[in-house]
Amino acid sequence: MNEMPVFQVRDFGVSFSQYENGVTRRELHVITNLDIELYEGKILAVVGSSGSGKSLLAHAILGILPDNAVVYGRMEYRGSRIGAEQIRALRGRKIGLIPQSVNYLDPLEKVGHQIERSVRGGKKKEKKKKVLEMMERYGLEAGVYDYYPHQLSGGMARKVLLSIALLSDCDILIADEPTPGLDEGSLREVLKDFRQAADEGKALLMITHDIQAACAVADRIAVFYAGSTLETADVSDFGGDGSLLRHPYSRALLRAMPDREFIPAAGNQPLPGNLPEGCLYYDRCPERRVNCKALRPGSRALRGGRVRCDYAT
Amino acid sequence: MTVKKAFAFAGRKVLKFFLLIAAVEVITFALMEASPIDPVTAYVGASTSIGAEQRELIAEKWGLNKPPFERFGSWFRNILHGDWGDSMIYRRPVMQVIGQKFASSLLLMAAAWILSGLLGFFLGVIAGMRENSLADRLISAWCHVLISTPSFWLGIFLIIVFSVRLHLLPAGLSVPIGVLQEDVSFADRLTHLILPVLTLTLSGIAGICLHTREKTIGILQSDYVLYAMARGESRKSILHNHVYRNVLLPAVTLQFLSFSELFGGAVFVEQVFSYPGLGYTTVQAGLRGDMPLLMGITVISAVFVFAGNLTADLLYLLIDPRIREGGQRG
Repeated sequence: MNEMPVFQVRDFGVSFSQYENGVTRRELHVITNLDIELYEGKILAVVGSSGSGKSLLAHAILGILPDNAVVYGRMEYRGSRIGAEQIRALRGRKIGLIPQSVNYLDPLEKVGHQIERSVRGGKKKEKKKKVLEMMERYGLEAGVYDYYPHQLSGGMARKVLLSIALLSDCDILIADEPTPGLDEGSLREVLKDFRQAADEGKALLMITHDIQAACAVADRIAVFYAGSTLETADVSDFGGDGSLLRHPYSRALLRAMPDREFIPAAGNQPLPGNLPEGCLYYDRCPERRVNCKALRPGSRALRGGRVRCDYAT
Repeated sequence: MTVKKAFAFAGRKVLKFFLLIAAVEVITFALMEASPIDPVTAYVGASTSIGAEQRELIAEKWGLNKPPFERFGSWFRNILHGDWGDSMIYRRPVMQVIGQKFASSLLLMAAAWILSGLLGFFLGVIAGMRENSLADRLISAWCHVLISTPSFWLGIFLIIVFSVRLHLLPAGLSVPIGVLQEDVSFADRLTHLILPVLTLTLSGIAGICLHTREKTIGILQSDYVLYAMARGESRKSILHNHVYRNVLLPAVTLQFLSFSELFGGAVFVEQVFSYPGLGYTTVQAGLRGDMPLLMGITVISAVFVFAGNLTADLLYLLIDPRIREGGQRG
């Protein structure tokens, strides 16, 4: 891919200061090495199992973490480096969040009014018209405008949250765990909506634990483990027996899928407070070498993807 | 809410109301019976010029020589017919006394209720919006001091400062001494209200303020405020769009639930300021064994507190969409 990414994150990390027993301070490295590139019209899925730190990913990128979090690394928006100040100006205007669930809507405000806040400028009547148009496009009947969040079904809630993001004119959308709790039909529709948004020129980041959903809709997939992206590859590399994948963890992840071999990998991810000095996957890697224990491998380009393993081919 | 549900709700409330009133009256009567105060002695005073025979006559006129059960029974029957009896100490119908005293208390309580509600609410929002800031620390510390300050002590303290030392405000009563009723100006009444209202307001602020602060902090940590931030909403817009909306209902509800404390506070405050309202009259009726008056006051105050609680329930029912609109529609 030669075109310039709309949004790019390099060696991005998040740590929390925590007091143990109220005296000793220690750093929890929740996200250590995150690399992400988003392109117009493309969907990147960050796939990680629970405990990989992905629940904080979207919030970290948007700069809405609690005060005791420290964020470091490099972020670029359309080629220029940005910091916390610029992120604050971009969120909601250029970078939109599609949150996990209906809990992210104000329980006491009508759904229509909450969508309406995305429309900037214009008269009240025109704003409402735009909202109703967007709702119609996503198959929400006009009556939903006057609903309160608790009256929405799971599928309707995703559509409302997507409408909010799309009406805000953001060119980057971050979907945080968009699939849990959806039936087969709603899931297909959500993924179709994402594809459609991408085809209209949006750059999408989908954070998920659902590798099947990721394979179904994404253009590229980043495998997230213990706070790091171990591998980023085209979705086609995830097909077949996974022999095109570069990192041993990616292959193990694929093997563990119910529709593949359904063999879970032994062991667990290292915890944020207890990360190994060397490769994060060292403990569980079937192909580990002596060097892997002491040196954490950097990210390198390999066959059109990126991998954090010095021995990958 | 369906009509059937509404009727069930109303039915439960009516039943509760009558049980409450009956229980309050039985307890009041029993306590008065058990109290060592003899109404006749309290009425005639320590004077010895009134002999035992005359005392007997007074007791008979008041019906005090009948057994307690019979007296309670006849009081209860009368009240069902709308006859509240006559006050022994004021020698007027109970309802007349209560009506007059309640009117002057109402002004005091309403002013304190509104002021403490508004002040407590806004101070609570300020403290909650800036948790752990200097403003928050000061407000919270002040609230904790107020909570642990008895209202009568606060009243005495204010009298010492504003009346005794500074000579700014009257130390008590609701009108100036030695002025004819028709010559009392509105300004006179107002200046006599200031200290009692201030005392009652201050003792009511802490609860609503700390409650609002907690709620505000909780709201700021909610997912929907996090999302509002992700949508680029400023702090001001979050305050207007989400904090007020979500904190107002519980705050107003709490304020209605505080009717009992308001009434209890008024009893102390009116006593300290010799303010001739319902609270002051309650103490008089109790100390002088005026059974009909005290029973009447307990009924009225129970109705008052019950009305506050009922309003709180209804507010949630009518305003909160999560309860109003029932379950899922989609």
